Amino acid sequence: MKTFAELGIPGRLIAVEGIDGSGKSTQVHLLRRWLEDLGLKVFMSAWNSSELVKSATSRGKKSHLLTPTTFSLIHATDFADRYERQLLPLLRAGYLVLCDRYIFTAFARDVVRGCPPDWVRALYSFAALPDLVFFFKAHLEVSLARILSGREELKYFEAGMDLRLASDPQESYRIFQGRLLEQYLAMSAEFKFYEVDANQPVEASQRLVRQIVADRIPFGPFRAGPRA
Amino acid sequence: MPRRPAPPTKPAPRTDLPGLKVRVPRPHPKRFYGHGIPGVDPSTLTGRLIVVEGADGSGRSTQIARLVQWLESQGHATVEVGLKRSTLVAEELERAQQGNILSHTTLSLFYATDFADQLENVMLPALKAGFMVLADRYIYTLMVRDLVRGSDEAWLRNLYGIALVPDAVFYLQVPPEELIQRTFAKSHALDYWESGMDLGLARDMFDSFILYQRRMAETFQHLQTLYHFTIVDGTRSIEAINADLRQQIERLLAE
Repeated sequence: MKTFAELGIPGRLIAVEGIDGSGKSTQVHLLRRWLEDLGLKVFMSAWNSSELVKSATSRGKKSHLLTPTTFSLIHATDFADRYERQLLPLLRAGYLVLCDRYIFTAFARDVVRGCPPDWVRALYSFAALPDLVFFFKAHLEVSLARILSGREELKYFEAGMDLRLASDPQESYRIFQGRLLEQYLAMSAEFKFYEVDANQPVEASQRLVRQIVADRIPFGPFRAGPRA
Repeated sequence: MPRRPAPPTKPAPRTDLPGLKVRVPRPHPKRFYGHGIPGVDPSTLTGRLIVVEGADGSGRSTQIARLVQWLESQGHATVEVGLKRSTLVAEELERAQQGNILSHTTLSLFYATDFADQLENVMLPALKAGFMVLADRYIYTLMVRDLVRGSDEAWLRNLYGIALVPDAVFYLQVPPEELIQRTFAKSHALDYWESGMDLGLARDMFDSFILYQRRMAETFQHLQTLYHFTIVDGTRSIEAINADLRQQIERLLAE
């Protein structure tokens, strides 16, 4: 697998990964603000799935029709849709694309659900690797507390209830997130994740993120033209 | 002493009716092409999986309908499966085809989801219960459609590593020139997808149909060397083809 840069594609993709409550969405939002302020051609992938794929996914989830295999496949379909329709064209057009989660989310989640790791990886082999991946590493308990305090109720699949880890959704969620974290940590070296200690203040993480982006990505080609 | 009436003699079982001799086939454990489905032990799947492949108009559905009738009259519980019939995504797939709005890998994975859903919810339970499962098309059609559109073969083989190896695959071979005659006899119009119009092979639909079906047939030939289909001459009469298929399935059930 190659990165977009290695494939000679002019755009660059920066992905953030981490378990729920690790603060990755906040960080990528702040990163985007900064890059836009610098006047760069930035696109934050909003993960709008096309209506068709969304309709099938939500029916499957609502009626609990999904098995680990179909869960994996329908999410791969959804990802392919965004990748082919949105990410790849933008990257070809020379955009700096920010993604809140990328293929590693699927690698972790599907493997925890029992899918064979090499099957899942080969499934996503149509997608190039990000040029930079930030992994927000927070203590499990800190992340859990953050999510569980803000939530009335946990969704069935989000809590990993289909895995029958525990009958209590909160307990199931804890076990599920713990296993996801293990998967992320196991992938970190292989995919050269840039690990960010997410237990520090938001500003401290953001300062680090901006520094790394500035050091690794030459901004010149991403300056929007005078017409923008 | 009053004579007791003679005990009634049990009448000999009748043997003169057709269908009385129901043969019990030996269990036939399966295997997956690749990793399979998590948590499913294929050796517990004892039924038979019989696949009929071929283009639209090759006579697949007619043959399958007759085979179902025949198998059931022989006393075998039979289930029919096909593409685009899953509860999960069939409706959306239909709409995607109408609008041609999904890009290539997306559509390919959407079809795989449909296949996986039917595999897990229909085929696996039926095979576990020892049923005969007749599949009107299988992963090969899906692979061939993608291969002629430039998909990576290794990627497809990994994707469909979830599939079971069937006990028999019959490929009904009919030349494109005859397929087109059959299609017109039935509906007077060519289907956009069956003519491969998305590929831009030719400006007019007739030429495109012939070119596309020829490519499909060539790609099926290529897969045949990997997956060992039984090629059935689909230009013969419905009865002759059916007799041929029955004979081969009978042999399979006697194994």
